[in-house]
Amino acid sequence: MDNIADMGGTLGWGHVYPPRGDEPTFGKPWQSRAFALTLLSVRISGQNIDAFRYAQERLDRAAYLDDGYFGRWLNAAELMLTDSAILAPGAVDARARKLRGEDAPEPPIPEPARPDYVPTARGSLRTVDNPPAFAVGERVRAKDMSPSGHSRLPRYVRGHTGVVELIQPAAVLPDTNAQFQGENPQYVYTVRFGSRELWGADAEAFSLTVELYESYLEAVS
Amino acid sequence: MTNTSGSEEPASAALRAEALEQLLTERGLIDPKVMNEIISNYETNIGPLNGAKVVAKAWTDPQYRRRLLEDGTAAIKELGFSGSQGEHIVVVENTATTHNVVVCTLCSCYPWPVLGLPPSWYKDPAYRARMVAEPRAVLSEMGLELADDVQITVRDSTSEVRWLVLPERPAGTEHLTEEELVPLVSRDAMVGVAKVKAQ
Repeated sequence: MDNIADMGGTLGWGHVYPPRGDEPTFGKPWQSRAFALTLLSVRISGQNIDAFRYAQERLDRAAYLDDGYFGRWLNAAELMLTDSAILAPGAVDARARKLRGEDAPEPPIPEPARPDYVPTARGSLRTVDNPPAFAVGERVRAKDMSPSGHSRLPRYVRGHTGVVELIQPAAVLPDTNAQFQGENPQYVYTVRFGSRELWGADAEAFSLTVELYESYLEAVS
Repeated sequence: MTNTSGSEEPASAALRAEALEQLLTERGLIDPKVMNEIISNYETNIGPLNGAKVVAKAWTDPQYRRRLLEDGTAAIKELGFSGSQGEHIVVVENTATTHNVVVCTLCSCYPWPVLGLPPSWYKDPAYRARMVAEPRAVLSEMGLELADDVQITVRDSTSEVRWLVLPERPAGTEHLTEEELVPLVSRDAMVGVAKVKAQ
């Protein structure tokens, strides 16, 4: 799904923040609560890290951006919890209004409906029986596709040709795992692209690598 | 996120975090003590000091350096660092002529066991959007000017693979011990937006 989270190469964001050596882990107390709440909410909702990223991608622009990184975490946690019917839609808003003294009616607690899904192992790494489809040094093309759900194939590499630099361990495919449609484990490739292949003749001279799942790639004939 | 009443002022993120914590706590779904432990762990134990220890050891122990570049995850685990967001860590070396810099354009993936949680600039849309398109300009805005002959490789962390940069050991530190080198190694250098300075 093409969405706001896929930011590579997008315009209009202005200058970068210069690094500050003394930045605290959490700038505000609520950010630390949101961080821990989100980690626990992935578990409580019976979901997984890919579903968490997919939840972020389904937020609208304001929910994604306005309260920064921990704001989008909190909003994605709420979305996962309502999708798994741990919370009713509007429950968090109603409680927040109550906390600030409004007379906000709270929706009843729903019957939980966690996804019917059990991971085959912890984490994302898996072993697969088949050999890698592509070899180090081989030219490959990132498929020019726009999957409807979650994907880790950035728009800015789609349709472009690069060279396999490293073959990484096989891992769960986020696209299907995010929607509890199976793990589809497959090799991941670190693919190197030239800047002019991606951005045209006037680009700065540099190269870039992206980790691409085997099913995102096709051979270059 | 869900504003059911329409026209009124939406609740702040701080208030919604408090509301969510209450809702889950009163149903016994979370334990605030567990939350506090998670937070304090990331505030005190899981941070860039871990990565600095890895780098200082690699600078002073050639065999460790070789192991680190061959199998980052295993070599990092030798020092006791592993866990969430560190399932498979690849370490790349910056030199006088090659410069790696790490970004995550799709979210803010970052090697937590060695660097902790990402700093604000790493999570900022401008960094995520621009580092893959004009790294030299972005590094310059961040205070790092690289010579024209330095080859830049941007590492966009799109899978569960995590990247750690082994920065170049600065000249003038030959007499320092591993322990004395640790405080010189900055988080920013291990992401690739700065170099390590001799002091």
